[in-house]
Amino acid sequence: MPQRLFAALIPAMLGAGAAFLPLTPALAWEPSKPVEIIVPFSAGGASDQMARTIQGIVQKHRFTTQPVIVVNKPAAGGAEGMLDIQKSAGDAHKLITTSSGIFMTPMATKLPLSWTDYTPVAMIAQDSFLLWVNARSPYKTAADFLDAARKASLPLKIGGTSSKREDNLIVFAMEKRAGAKFAYIPYTSGGQASTQLSGNHVEANTNNPAEDLANWRGGATRPLCVFAEKPMTYSEPVTEGASWADIPTCASQGLNVSYQMLRGMFMPGRVTRDQQAFYVDMFKKVSETPEWKEYLARNALVPDYRDGEAFTAFLKADEAKHEQLMTEAGFMAK
Amino acid sequence: MDDFSSLLSGFQVALSWHNVGFMALGVILGIVVGVLPGLGGPNGVAILLPLTFGMEPVSAIILLSSIYWGALFGGAITSILFNIPGEAWSVATTFDGYPMAVQGRAAEALTAAFTASFIGALSGVVLITFVAPLVAEFALRFGPAEFFAVFLLTFCSFVGMGRDNRGKIIAALCIGFLLAAVGLDSISGDLRMTFGSMELMRGFDFLVVVIGLFGIGEILLTAEEGLVFKGKHAKIDLKVVLRTWATLPRYWVTLLRSAIVGMWMGVTPGGAIAASFMGYGLAKRFSRRGAQFGKGEMEGVLAPETAAHAAGTSALLPMLALGIPGSATAAVLLGGLLVWGLQPGPMLFVEQKDFVWGLIASMYLGNLAGLVIVLATVPLFAAVMRIPFSFVAPVILIVCAIGAYTISNSVFDIWIMLAFGLVGYVFKKLDYPLAPMVLALVLGDRAEDAFRQALLGSGGSLEVFWANGLVGGLVVIAFVLLLWGPVTEGIARLRRSTSAEPAE
Repeated sequence: MPQRLFAALIPAMLGAGAAFLPLTPALAWEPSKPVEIIVPFSAGGASDQMARTIQGIVQKHRFTTQPVIVVNKPAAGGAEGMLDIQKSAGDAHKLITTSSGIFMTPMATKLPLSWTDYTPVAMIAQDSFLLWVNARSPYKTAADFLDAARKASLPLKIGGTSSKREDNLIVFAMEKRAGAKFAYIPYTSGGQASTQLSGNHVEANTNNPAEDLANWRGGATRPLCVFAEKPMTYSEPVTEGASWADIPTCASQGLNVSYQMLRGMFMPGRVTRDQQAFYVDMFKKVSETPEWKEYLARNALVPDYRDGEAFTAFLKADEAKHEQLMTEAGFMAK
Repeated sequence: MDDFSSLLSGFQVALSWHNVGFMALGVILGIVVGVLPGLGGPNGVAILLPLTFGMEPVSAIILLSSIYWGALFGGAITSILFNIPGEAWSVATTFDGYPMAVQGRAAEALTAAFTASFIGALSGVVLITFVAPLVAEFALRFGPAEFFAVFLLTFCSFVGMGRDNRGKIIAALCIGFLLAAVGLDSISGDLRMTFGSMELMRGFDFLVVVIGLFGIGEILLTAEEGLVFKGKHAKIDLKVVLRTWATLPRYWVTLLRSAIVGMWMGVTPGGAIAASFMGYGLAKRFSRRGAQFGKGEMEGVLAPETAAHAAGTSALLPMLALGIPGSATAAVLLGGLLVWGLQPGPMLFVEQKDFVWGLIASMYLGNLAGLVIVLATVPLFAAVMRIPFSFVAPVILIVCAIGAYTISNSVFDIWIMLAFGLVGYVFKKLDYPLAPMVLALVLGDRAEDAFRQALLGSGGSLEVFWANGLVGGLVVIAFVLLLWGPVTEGIARLRRSTSAEPAE
């Protein structure tokens, strides 16, 4: 088993390089074999980067003595990863990164998957969505863009990631609020949607901050507004003379759509309280490290750490919200 | 030549002792990863990524890209020796590489493959060095319609240029398209043809199918022939390398053509897999010895290897300059860059000059180091052919099964692999070509996505496929290639019948 071999090599090699750090005090339960983080998206995407950042932080600060492995299970819109967690009930050496997909994939595909069968660990951030246009386009505000959309003979094209998922919902909500028709073009990743926008093959996209950051800084794309109730908080300049905090909300520009996506961690079902408590504690510590704060700032994520009851309550409310949005948009599987 | 001095200082960075050490280590790890089917370049790089978090970004990317080179080289080894493509882009290498090994020319085939890899990769690096900004802008002109046109070009060139029975090529292509459609449809978000099966939801993984078709299929065929001891003529001798090199200049046209095809496919993210098939297909059509292809022709090893590596290397260019990964491995490297706080994209070349030029310099050196290391292993690997097949076959079977399982840790994939082993056997017996099916399986759903994305944007109008010179030109070339074979053959037949007439 080559993967096992590598898994054994990594800590050995890291251990040789890293200075000795005090180990965490003895807990009621600790991992006794390598911990797997399942990423239900492909390597290189936002969830994957988050998992690998966590992996780096956990190993650097020695939050567990066991190695952490990231495994990508991206097939069927993330259902492959969720299925794996479903089947691993009782296995306390597995974690899965989650986004709103945890509700939307079962709703759109009718697969028998439900987050209530898993053990919530912690929510570690929320991700924003923005309306991006090509830097050379004439649109200065969301209102300009909507005007053009209403007048256009052929619907304006808006790119996003996947079908019947977050971006598609936002575009649907935009159509409803603005009274305009758009052609939603599903791409396989936010990076692709960003490249297609900078090549002028779509008129706009609804990417997360991280997905369009490079092209914004490179002068190829530009954000019009953020789909949130409040502007973002990061005020360090990102490009010459503009920061994330300078971007107005879409609502303030006459486009009353707001949407955010949770980023959290789950374990399989039927694990003990001690096992759950270990990971809750671990993610609490991760969320307090400078590396994590740096990661949040770099990707303009909204810091929003929740665990226990607060997290479960959030999940319930968020699921109900998505059920309503998906039904309105007609995205529920029949 | 501002860039040139940047490159020289890049060489200084890459040539420090510890960076050279990382290069050698990376290449060796990469070969190991490339030899094991299923583990593959992207997985290997992903597994080793955390190792590098404590390192300097330049050293880290040198280590990781050396793994990438090693995996590129290593993929050819099992293709040639056992007919199992270790990597998806080495499928075309098996067509002539394996027959060569069977004839006792394994060392020659390996040398040819490694050297071709080196030449291909080198042309990719030269491309990156000199035309990075230009190429980056060109890649931006590719929207859904243009992508579809590139895929169309690949399919058409395969049908039009193939020398097999065209009906059979098209039938194999269609089966491939059908297999590619299984799983989640990314345009509608619905599951297709899964028949309620959780396992089919993932679709057919290309590598599982390929391991079955080629690896298992070959074992079945060989077992039927009665386990003959094929490798007894394998000569193990370092001079083979020099002798093979002496014959290479003869094939400069093929090498050049494949390098160009590869660079083109790498930059327009058609990828190394499509490039290797196209390189092989074109060489087969235009070579004077084209009819001998598939029977152990060295040109048939050189053509796909050069193209695949030119593409694999050029694929790093859109990743660095635009942040779009041209391959799965490039996608993992992209993740690595982000973890080190480097944001790929247009600004990388401006803000992180040291890093970019250090990487480019390491591409030259890493490739050279890779070539030296793999050539030194030629006798070792060729010696494997001296082991009787009855001992090797069970090992191959185990390696295939582990490979198929590792891809997504699923036992079901081993069954799929075995089933495709039977399919491969039946195809060979009925003389159906496997390559078009594999090609359609890899590119089928991407072509479909691009086609439907283009039509969504155009409101359903097909005009989008000749809306500008680029897409129109690609479509025209596609049809020229499609009709080339039938028309030239038709003319040849007509001539023959007219010249034959007076005799009657």
